[in-house]
Formats: sequence, structure tokens, C-alpha cells
Amino acid sequence: MTDNAKVQITIDGVTYEVNAGSNLLQECLSLGLDLPYFCWHPCMGSVGACRQCAVKQYRNEEDSAGIMTMACMTPVQPGARISIEDPQAKAFRAGVIESLMISHPHDCPVCEEGGECHLQDMTLMSGHNYRRYDKKKVTHRNQYLGPLINHEMNRCITCYRCVRFYNEYAGGEDLSAQASHHFTYFGRHREGTLESEFSGNLVEVCPTGVFTDKVFSENYTRKWDLQTAPSVCAGCGVGCNIAPGERYGELRRVVNRYHDELNGYFICDRGRFGTGYVNDAERLKTPLDGAGNELDADAAGQQLREIAGSAGGTIGSARGTIGIGSPRAGNEANFALRKLVGEENFHAGYSDAEHACMQLITEAAGDPRFHNPSIREIEQADAVLVLGEDVTNTAPRIALALRQSVRNKALELADGANIPRWQDAAVRELAQQERSPLCILSSGATRLDDVASDRVIDTPSALARNAFELAHQIDSDAPSAGGHTDALARIADQLLAASRPLIVAGASSGNVDLIRSAVNIAGALRKRRGNGASAPVDLCLLTAEVNSMGLHLMTRPENSLGAALRKLSAGEAANVIVLENDLYRRAPHAQVDGALAAAKASVALDLLPNRTTAKADLVLPVTAFSEQQTSYVNYEGRAQLAYQVHRNHSAARPAWQWTGDFEHFRQALLECADSIPVFAKLRDVLPDTSNLPGGIKVPRQSERYSGRTAMKANLNVHEPKQAQDPESALAFSMEGVPPRRDATILASTWAPQWNSNQSISKFQDEINGPLRQGHGGTLLLEKRTESGGFYPPPVNGDGAGLELLPAHQIFGSEELSSRSEAIRKRMTGAFVAIAPADAGKHGLKQGQGVRLSVAGDAGSVSVTALTCIRTQTSPGAVALHVSDRGIDFHGLGARVELAPVEAPEGRGLGELIVSDLAREQGDV
Amino acid sequence: MVTNPLTRNIDFSRQPLDLAAYEKSGGYLGLHAIARGLEPADVLDRVKESGLKGRGGAGFPTGLKWSFVPMGEGAPQQKYFVVNADEMEPGTFKDRLLMEGDPHLLIDGMIIASYAIQASKAYIFLRGEYTDSERILRKALAEAYERGYLGKNILDTGFDLDIIMHTSAGRYICGEETALLNALEGKRANPRAKPPFPQVSGLWGKPTIVNNVETICNLPGILAWGIDWYRSLTKGNDHGTKLFGISGKARTPGCWELPLGTPIRELLEVYGGGMRDGLQLKGFLPGGGSTDFMLPEHLDLNLDYDDIAGAGSRLATGTLILLDDKTCPVGMIGNLMTFFSHESCGYCTPCRDGLPWVDEIFREFERGNGTHKDLAILEEHVDYMGPGKTFCALAPGATAPLGSGLRYFREDFERHITEQRCPYKH
Repeated sequence: MTDNAKVQITIDGVTYEVNAGSNLLQECLSLGLDLPYFCWHPCMGSVGACRQCAVKQYRNEEDSAGIMTMACMTPVQPGARISIEDPQAKAFRAGVIESLMISHPHDCPVCEEGGECHLQDMTLMSGHNYRRYDKKKVTHRNQYLGPLINHEMNRCITCYRCVRFYNEYAGGEDLSAQASHHFTYFGRHREGTLESEFSGNLVEVCPTGVFTDKVFSENYTRKWDLQTAPSVCAGCGVGCNIAPGERYGELRRVVNRYHDELNGYFICDRGRFGTGYVNDAERLKTPLDGAGNELDADAAGQQLREIAGSAGGTIGSARGTIGIGSPRAGNEANFALRKLVGEENFHAGYSDAEHACMQLITEAAGDPRFHNPSIREIEQADAVLVLGEDVTNTAPRIALALRQSVRNKALELADGANIPRWQDAAVRELAQQERSPLCILSSGATRLDDVASDRVIDTPSALARNAFELAHQIDSDAPSAGGHTDALARIADQLLAASRPLIVAGASSGNVDLIRSAVNIAGALRKRRGNGASAPVDLCLLTAEVNSMGLHLMTRPENSLGAALRKLSAGEAANVIVLENDLYRRAPHAQVDGALAAAKASVALDLLPNRTTAKADLVLPVTAFSEQQTSYVNYEGRAQLAYQVHRNHSAARPAWQWTGDFEHFRQALLECADSIPVFAKLRDVLPDTSNLPGGIKVPRQSERYSGRTAMKANLNVHEPKQAQDPESALAFSMEGVPPRRDATILASTWAPQWNSNQSISKFQDEINGPLRQGHGGTLLLEKRTESGGFYPPPVNGDGAGLELLPAHQIFGSEELSSRSEAIRKRMTGAFVAIAPADAGKHGLKQGQGVRLSVAGDAGSVSVTALTCIRTQTSPGAVALHVSDRGIDFHGLGARVELAPVEAPEGRGLGELIVSDLAREQGDV
Repeated sequence: MVTNPLTRNIDFSRQPLDLAAYEKSGGYLGLHAIARGLEPADVLDRVKESGLKGRGGAGFPTGLKWSFVPMGEGAPQQKYFVVNADEMEPGTFKDRLLMEGDPHLLIDGMIIASYAIQASKAYIFLRGEYTDSERILRKALAEAYERGYLGKNILDTGFDLDIIMHTSAGRYICGEETALLNALEGKRANPRAKPPFPQVSGLWGKPTIVNNVETICNLPGILAWGIDWYRSLTKGNDHGTKLFGISGKARTPGCWELPLGTPIRELLEVYGGGMRDGLQLKGFLPGGGSTDFMLPEHLDLNLDYDDIAGAGSRLATGTLILLDDKTCPVGMIGNLMTFFSHESCGYCTPCRDGLPWVDEIFREFERGNGTHKDLAILEEHVDYMGPGKTFCALAPGATAPLGSGLRYFREDFERHITEQRCPYKH
């Protein structure tokens, strides 16, 4: 509801202005009042199950008796008079806690939730102290829920939040409320891995320790003992805000960090569980020469400069040295390399197909016809078209947002029936299966199919033609590609009828035609909606990696990776410096081999060894995302600063320190902002330190951080001097200005009496609103004045064999997270998704080995993978899982031929969770 | 003149009347009136005027309940009518009598009600254990379809109605109308928040009326013989007749159709035959397990909604459960607490976690381990699970015999504590 009207209500004799149309609990919390609750969740609304937020409501000034009412279920009425402090209300709330604690095991000392437990906080707040229940407790059997989540049902207080999040919010199907009365049980129908890509949020949604982070609990530390800083997830191009926590030099866990426009309260499981690589024993710790000998850091630095300079000239004009940037490195690292080798020698570090897509994406970003929406805006879309992007696997958090967008129909119905939007269960019961349109054009099943209104499955080339035709259906000025169908006409009508339509495509497919068609569709919509006062059309073009956008914005259009490899192979450039990149994932293996062999000297900066570092003449170790301060640019063009969480005690350094001549991080960032016009606003990501006078900083450690004087007592009984952080506004200590006192940086959320993540409401002026401190990020991209036109449809490029496209997996497709132990437990072997008919034609059985080779050139490149027969895969196309480090995906080209072979050793397909795996004989 | 419209065709010495016989006895007159042009609004007016109140327990005026259903052009196309035949209230067996004894009466009433709210689909949500009712109703439904009283364009009225029989998997909470709707949708049988009421957003999110079997069985008579006739049936303030039952140690327990306003004493002594030899009435629950105890001193009150409410209880289902002087009241209440605790759906805290504690305490009393501390906890729970504090009426219903029992039979509780045994056990 867009009802911003304010009304006055009286709470315990004090009059407040609150939002009309809201409920009493939400408004009490917005006002900063302490009213305990369990089942209510800021973005899942009210259901009235736990009865913990009871208050007294009075009819008028004369009414002294009042009635007990649940604040979360009571709409705000002008002039309402309520009391939180009423003795009967307080007694009832204490009674509710007493009830909830009847069978609770009181195992806080050994519970992972202890110290950040909402149940602990609410118990204290409600004033229940002494146990009177002296009968037998109810106990439950716990389940194995996979490698990521622990299950301890005995702690459950039956608030129903877990199933409301998992089933209703995230669309999971394998967690449910079972049994009834005080035996109510939350679990799977049988033991097994939780299927949802968002299962980790259960850890934060559960108000106590039923669902806890298994990876963290194997290497556990209390919340108050974690050193924490505000950070940005490096798992994909969305840039969710996270709060990683460290102790004893190890990154222990990642939790969500609230951002009102981006991730809100939830992140995906890649983001939460995919950072284990930071602690990997294989991490590069010292510079190495080509033979693998350790080098002194200063000598290595000198060697780098010599290589850069040897091809002629001083730093900054090293003409003969190619720099290859990285989409997983921050702006400062990329900028420092660009400065070192010169802009003309600085090349993109992703595949050429992705490069072409990025070109189109940045083009569209500047087009005044379009708006690249934030996650919050995506949730507001009332008709969505997804073009070729398997969003759940390439930008998972966006998929979760798309799942919310289909609920706009329900909210609209609720408005019409005068049911408040926060009445969550009532809205769902009213709307049932009514959803806003979500149309998916893909080459196979996606994890959003269950809420899709229309699905068109075809080969990538046919999809693009379909999509061009769709644009033509919307506006006849857009060129036709032929092949009109009823489905396209229906989708066109739905997009035209919507008040906020959204088109989603992305670079992960590497398919420029799909992006061009997305631009045409959005352009056609814009045209039909009128260019006058109407807002630009939402066109969400997803970038693949955390800083794909930042890298692209500082790379010349012609400086593709392929161009760099060609220059090296042809001897046009002597040396190459590769920044945080395994080139074998980005280009045909033969091309990379050729280029590296031809280079006079090759330098690789990275944090883990890979095939590129193995071939480098000089390897320089760099810090991981949590060990450095850096800025990233997400799919929207939003620059965000990720702070350093902890120090790396090896010789690893941030890459900009190896390649750059900056004294401080700030200098690198500001020079980047000053010298590249599109980065001009990058300076805005730096925190406002006006609240931090006299060099006072914001502590990374809590007031309760323990062991500071004891941790190193085995070495020296004197308290060591606290490490200094000259690079940021944060301190590696407990002292400073706590973020709750209006600092601009919030890492770990905490407020007096509120130790859990629920304390975030204490940092919001309004529930679900921006943080009082702001979010620090800034949108870099400016709109041009002139609009683009329509792209012509692609020419039919039929050929022999099957069309090849990349299959992305949330667990495995991202380079670094796939090296984390937790993620590896969820990964599959390399596989090829194939339609039953095509499998039959090639004599392939489920799980069997298959050899892919270049169509018409079987002798050149071949790849072996597992056959994965999927009933929803488009005939004529195969999707190859790209994560496996040995796979030469780019070498295979656009079309492949298949042949059955023996299955390769490895993980198999056990952890693959898809809806359309062919199991029955009849399916194949 | 008919004086027993609900049970006039019921004779368990023979099979229930088939459609032809039922029709011959004056059935389906309402449907024929509809075929002659009676408008939905006319039906609603008559039901309103009749003063019929819901017989499922709450006693809410039926016509008023129907009047909240959106009607006319702008109203949703699809609406539903649902019969609550999930009779699970302890001590209650009146709906079963109607369904097994005269199935066409229910179908007759369902057609009238569905027509009044223009519902083209109606469900019978039947208690799973009522297998005889299911068999008998299915046979009657088949007859009604065959005769053209159900299906498309009934008697050329343009009105369609399908009746779907749904046998419940069996939970007491399914008698709560919104939990019933969730169960019917295949979801957990948890109640829904009100508002929105089912009349606006009910089954599958569409306007829905849920009525009790007995309520619906009143409708054919109202349409056939008129308001004046209906209003003349009563002896008291509320209109019509009602099924009243007796369980417990009466000489002839059973179920009878009597005018509303019949004195309780008449029900017990004339129909129930009084208490069995050697037993004295100690108290009774007037309307099933979730009503407050009444005492022998209340026997001269009338079986009327207001009279019973005046004595601090509820007429509810009108089926008395008797407590005699040789039966332990603590044991009787404890038995009810076991039932209610087991039947809690587990949704809201006071009910889910309060009732089992109460139940455990009763078990301790039975074992001779009762304490004053536990007695105080029982008393607290009467308030803690009371109206307004829980999500639905299940726990407040359970506190009715608990609270009144603690009040009226305090001495029995005290004796359990002081004697450390159940004084009724020998």
C-alpha cells in the first residue's frame, strides 16, 4: 500500500505519529519501543501465532479495563490507545514465554545461537525467570539436513517462521510443519539435504537454535568474539551486503547485512557458505618464481616492476606489457594494473562472449529509456519476462526477488478486499494461485518454473528469434523475426498491461542476441507507454561476477581477452600480468596455452593456485575479499565499499599494493575516481567520517570481545598493542565509536537487550526502511541524453550438431566459492543437460559418460562429462556445466557433437537438485 | 401441523426415506418454490425473519451470516457453501442422527442455502468416522443428481449446484470453520485469522458460508411452511426446534427434537428418564465438552441461548453431559483436558503449550500427586487460555469446563491434594 498517511496513537500515555494502514507491533518497533515478538518478521508480515506481542487496547480515555490484543494483528486506528506496560499484558507475555520454555532444553551454553538468540532476548525482556514446569518435556528426533544446516528440533518454540520463509517466501518444497499440538515438528519428509538455494536464511529466520550454520558450528565462535566488518558478497554480480566474522585469523562465517534496496534480510547459500576458500591451506602465502621457489616480497615487487618496465619505458607507459583485469577483483586492483600497463594495454578478464554482452549491458545502462532496477524495485514488478538467464543459479538473490514479484497480484487483490498487506496468511488465502505474470524463455527448466505463468523452451538461437518477435508484437516498429505464436502474443499483452513491467536478461548466457532482444522488448514497451512523463522501463541486465561491471567500465571496448591473447601469441606484446584470474576458465585452452607460451614473462596475482598461476614466471599472492578493503560495482552500476574484516599475516597483499604506487587505499580509490570519468562518483562510497572526530574509529570487535589480553599469552604475557588500520574508518579493536551512535558503518548489528539480528530494527527509522546510517553505496552510471534504437534480429545460423550453452550452478559455477569445502559438498560432477529425444538419438543413458567435441572438427577439442537427461531441456541444445576446472567450454564453440563414453570419475549427479531429471524409463 | 420438522421422517426401524418418499412427505418444496421464481434475496429475507441461529455451537444468526456474502453484479463468480458435518464435540451426536436418519433433508437445505448465496459448489465436510452417514448421504446425493435436483441448470432455473462429499482425516479443530476450509484445501488444519471472514475470503479465497448440519436442516421447513409456523414452534425466546441430547448416567440417554425453551428438567426427567438409581446429579455441561458446568439448581432454566448464557454457560450444541455424585469431577475434567490438549492444532502458544501442562497436572491429581502449587497453575491457565488470548476458540472452550469445574468442585480438588488420592476410587 502506498498509503503514507500518518495518524496519532497513544502508547502508555505518550502520543506518537505512526503510519496508517500498518499494525501496532510494526509501529511500536519503528518507534524503538521494546515489544517482544516471535512469529512476526519484518518482511514476512503478521500471522498471530506466537501471541508474544500482546498489548492492552482501550476504547477511549475512560476505559481503564481494556482488552488484550495481539499488536501484530491489530491495525493502527487513529486515536488508538494502547499499553505495553499494563501489568496484565506483561503477565500474559511472561506466561507465553513460560509456555514456550516448557520443553526448551535450556542448552544455551552449548547452543550455536547463544549470545545472538532472539529467544534469549525475548525471555529476558518478558521477565520470565523461574521454571515452574516440573513435568516431562517433549523431545524430538533431529534430522540430517545436508552439509550446510544443523537441525536441533528440541529447541523449537513453534513460531512457524521457518516454514513461512522456506515454503511461502522462498518456494522450497522439502520443509514442512508436521504433526500437531505440542508435538508439532518442522523438518523434511525424510532426512536429506535441504533443496532450497536459500536454506541458509533459516539460520537467521529461526529465532532460536533449531536451524544453525553447520559450517560455522564446526569451527564455532560466539557472535561477540567475532571480528566483523561491513562487506559485500563476492559470489555473483548482485553485490548483497554481508557481515563476515573472523577469529584467530580464520573467516568463520557470513551473515546477512541489511540493505533496504538490495538484499534486505536474505542472502543465498553461495554467499553464506561460499567463503571457505579464504581459509584454504593452499592459499598463496609468498611470491613464487616460475620454478615454484619462494621469493622475498621486496624482490618480487621489484621483479614485477622490471617486467612491466622492460618492454619499454617507465611505469604507466609499459607499452609492451599486457594487463588482464579481473571481474572478481575490486576497482582499485584493476585500476592499479590499468595504470601500470596503460589503458591501451589493459584488457578484460572475462570471455569474449561475455565481453560482447557487457558491451551491450553498459550501452543499455546509459540509455534513458531504461532503468536497471534494484532488488526492492524488482519485487515491485507486476509482469516479468526472463530471457535465457537461469537466475536462481547466476544471481540467486534476484531469483528470490522475482518470486516475490509474482505476489503483487495477491497484494492488489488484498487491497481490493480491504485486507492489510501485512496480514500475510489472509493475503495468501485470498489470492491462492493468483499471481502476476512471470514469463520465462529458456532452453531448459529453471527453479522459478513453479511460479511462471508462461514458459517457452527452445534452443538459444530460436529463443532469441522468439524474443525479437515478441518485441515486434509489442511495438511494430521493432523488427520482426517471424514465427508469431499465441504464447508470444499473450506475453506481449501481459507486459503491455502491467504498470511496472520488468525484463531480465544477463551476461552469463554469453548470448548477445538475447540481450539485444531484451533491449528491443524494453524499448518497444517504452515506446508504447509513451516517452513523455512515464518512467523508464525496468530492464535488469545481470552481470556475472562481483566486479564484472567495474572491470568493464575501465576497459576499452576493443580490449577483449581474445585480443590480449592474440597480441601475445603474435608477439605484439612481450609480457603479461594476469590479475586474479584463471584464464583457462575464460578462453579456449589452446589460445591461453599459446599466449602464455609466447609471452616473454608472465605474472599472475592470485590468492589460490590455479592453472594460470602454474604457468606464470612470477606469482604474487593477494589478499582475499575479507582481508582487504575494496570497492565493487554491481549489475546496477552501484559501487559499494567492502571493508577489511581481518588481516592476512602472510606476504599476501591487496593487488593494488603490488601493482600500484599508492600509499593508501584511499589514494587508489580517489585516483580511480579522478582519472576515469564514469567512476567520478566512486568517492561517495567512502564513509562520512565527520562523526568520528580526532581519528576515533569504529571498532570491528564488540565490547564483549574476549581474550584480548589472553589470546597471545602463550607468546607474551604483556597485552600486545592493538593492530592499527591506517586504511579505513574501522579499528581492529574494541574501542571507538559504536556504530549505533550514528556512525556511518554498521557491521554486526546489536543493541541493548537485542543481541540477535532482529536488533536491525533499532537501526531503522521505519521497519523495512533505510538504515539510519544509510547504505554507503552509490550509483555510478549516468544516463546519456539520446536514446538508442532497435537492434536487427539475428540471421539464422543453423549448422550441424547441437547448440551448446553454459549451465550455471549456484554451487560450483563461481570460481572461488567452488573451492570452499561446504560448497564442494553440494557440487555435482561436470554434466551435460540433454533432452530425452537427443539422448536417445545419441544412445546416451542417464548418468553415463558423454564426450563433446567441436561440431565438424571432432579432432580438435573434446570434453568428457556426465549425461544428465532432463525432460525440459530443449531438443537441439545441450547445456554444459561450466564449473569444472578441467572443462574447455570456450574451446568447444557454438555447436557440438556427442558420443557416449565411460563415465568420468568424480562426484556424480547426486547433489543436483532440478525438477525435471528424467527418472522413469518413459521419460527417456 | 408439523412440530418436529427435523426428525419427522426419522425412523431407524427402516431405511431412511429415498428421494421419492422424502418428496412425498413434503420435501424439496423450497426447491420447487425457487423453480417458480423465488429470488435469492427472498430466501435470505425468510431465513433472517425466521430468527434461525446457528446450531453448531456459536448460535450466530444464520441470515445475518449469509448477508455478508457479496451479491449481485460485482460479486465474485465463484462462491462456495460448506456443510460442517465434522461433529466432534464431546458428548454431541445430533448431526449424525440427522444425516443417517433423513439424508435428503440435509441436501434439501443445502440447495436452498447455496441458492441463497448463489454458490455453485457445495461441500459436505464429514467426520471421517461417520462411515454410515457417508454411505447414506452418497446414495441420497446420487438420487438427487438423477432427479435433476443437483447438477447443471436445476429445474430450468439456470442455477447450477454440485455437492462434493469430503470425508475428514479427523481433527477436532476441523470443526472450527476456517480450519475446516484449510483442511478442505489440503492444507494443515490451522484456523485462519478473522477478519477477513469466510463470507468475504473463504474456500480457495472465495466467498464461502460454512453452516452446521442441523442449521441447514431447519431451512426446508422454513421455506415450506413459513415464518409464522417456524416461530410458533418454540416455547422460549429463540425460534424453532432443536435437537437436545443427554449422555452420562441418565436412565435413557439419547437425542430428541424439542422446542427451544424447553425446561432442562423436562429434558432430563421426561426424556432422559432421570438419573440412574442411586445416583444424584452433581452438575452438567449443557452443550458439549467446551461449555461451562451448570449445577442441579439450574435445572429449572430453559434450553434457550439467553437463559443458559445467564447462568454463565452456553447452549452450544444442546447436548448435555451429566456428572453424577459417584463420578470424580476432577477425572471428568481431566479427561476433557486430555482430549483438548491432544486436539490443539499447535498453532498458537497458549493452547499448544498451555493445555498439555494442564493435562499433565490432572494426571498428577489422578495419581495422588496433586499440590496446591499445581492448583494455582490450573487457575492461572483458565485466564491465560481465555477468550482473546488465543488464535481461535479451542482453548477458551477448554477453559469453560476447567474454570467452572475449579469454581464448583473446588472441594474435590482439595480432597485430591489432602488425601493424596482420588477420593472416588475405592
